[in-house]
Amino acid sequence: MNLVVPGGLPGLNLGMDPDAPPAAIAVPEFSPSGPPGLVALFLAFAKMSLAGFGGVLVFARRAIVEQHRWMTAEQFNETFALCHFLPGPNIVNLSVVFGSRIAGPAGAIAAFSGLLGPPVLIMIVMAVLYARFGEIDALRRILAGVSCAAVGLLLAVVLRMMIPLIRNRDAVGFLILLAVLVAIGVLRLPLPTVLLVAIPLSIAISSVMRRRDRG
Amino acid sequence: MNFGPNPLWTLLWTFGLMSLFAIGGANSAIPEMHRVAVDVRHWMTDQQFADVYAISQLSPGPNVLIVTLIGYTVAGLAGALAATLAMCGPSALLAYFVSGVLQRSSHSRWTRIIQAALVPLSIGLMGATGLVLALTADRNWTAALVTVLTAGVAFATRLNPLWLMLAAGALGFAGLI
Repeated sequence: MNLVVPGGLPGLNLGMDPDAPPAAIAVPEFSPSGPPGLVALFLAFAKMSLAGFGGVLVFARRAIVEQHRWMTAEQFNETFALCHFLPGPNIVNLSVVFGSRIAGPAGAIAAFSGLLGPPVLIMIVMAVLYARFGEIDALRRILAGVSCAAVGLLLAVVLRMMIPLIRNRDAVGFLILLAVLVAIGVLRLPLPTVLLVAIPLSIAISSVMRRRDRG
Repeated sequence: MNFGPNPLWTLLWTFGLMSLFAIGGANSAIPEMHRVAVDVRHWMTDQQFADVYAISQLSPGPNVLIVTLIGYTVAGLAGALAATLAMCGPSALLAYFVSGVLQRSSHSRWTRIIQAALVPLSIGLMGATGLVLALTADRNWTAALVTVLTAGVAFATRLNPLWLMLAAGALGFAGLI
C-alpha cells in the first residue's frame, strides 16, 4: 500500500507494511559513488516502481537507503514524513522531492518519469486487455476474487495504522477518525468539503491538546 | 459511449483538483474517485470500479495508477495520460516547492502539530476507502469471508500481498466467490 511508513517516524508512527523486510536483510552491496546521474535516477525509480506490487514505498526505501545509500534512514523518514503530510500520492511526491534534492528540477523530472513512465505503460496495456476481454466469464470470476482480497489488504493496513492510536489511548484521534470515516464512507460527502472542515478542526484540537499536555 | 463534449478537460479538472485534496495519499482518494466516476459522472458502473481497483492492485507501480484505468475508460489513451498527469502533477509541483522552502526550516513545531493532526484524518479516509470498496466487492457471504480472512492474514503476517490476491483470484476462478 502507498501509505505505510517503514521504520516508524517520530510523531507519525503509522503501521508497518506486511511485506516490509526485517532489518537484518540489509542488502550489502552499495555504490559509494556520490550523487547519481539523471539516467541512474530514472532507472532506479523505474526499477523500484516495477518491483512494487501493492505499493512502492517498501522498495523505494530498500533502494534509496539500503542498496544505493543515497540517504540515511533518518533522512528518508524525514523526507517521507514531508511527502505524507502533503496532498497527492506520497510516493510520487517522494520521487520529486528526492530527485530535486539530488539534481534540481532535472532530477525531479527524471525520478518522476522513472517512477510513473514504465508502470503507466503496463497499466495502459491492462486497460486495453480489460476493455477487450473484461466480459469473459472466467476473467470476471478471477477479478471478483482478487477484489475481495484487495479490500482485505487495505483493511489490514488501516488496522496496522490504528495501533499507535490504540496504544496512546488517543480518544480524540479516534473521534476524528470516525467522523471522517462516516462523512466520506457512509454519507458520501464530497472530499474537499469534508477536508476543509476537518483539517482546521483537527489542527486546532491537536495544538490545544499539546499545549495542555505541556502545561 | 458518449461522455459529453470535452471528456479530457473534465478528467484534467476532476483529477487535478483531487490531487490537491488527496491528504494521506492515493488510497484516501478512492471514495472520492468512486463518488465522481460512478455516482456523479457515470463514467463506469460499480462493478467496473471494483474491477479497475483489483487490476491496479495486481499491477506493479504506485497505487495511484487506478486513475490511468479510469481515464482510459473515459477517453482511451489520451484519457489515460490526462488522468495520470492531472492526478500526479499538481501535488508533485506543490511538493517540489514546499520541499525547497522547508529544507531551510524542517523542524518547526507547526510541522509536527500538523502531521499529528493529519494522522487520524488519513486513517479515517483509508477506512472509508475500505468500507466503500467492501460494499462494492463483497456481494455475498463467501466474498466477505475472503475479505476478512485476507485482512487477518495480512495483519498478522508478513506474507507478500501478491500471494493473497492470487489465491483469491484462484478461488474466484473456481467459482467459489
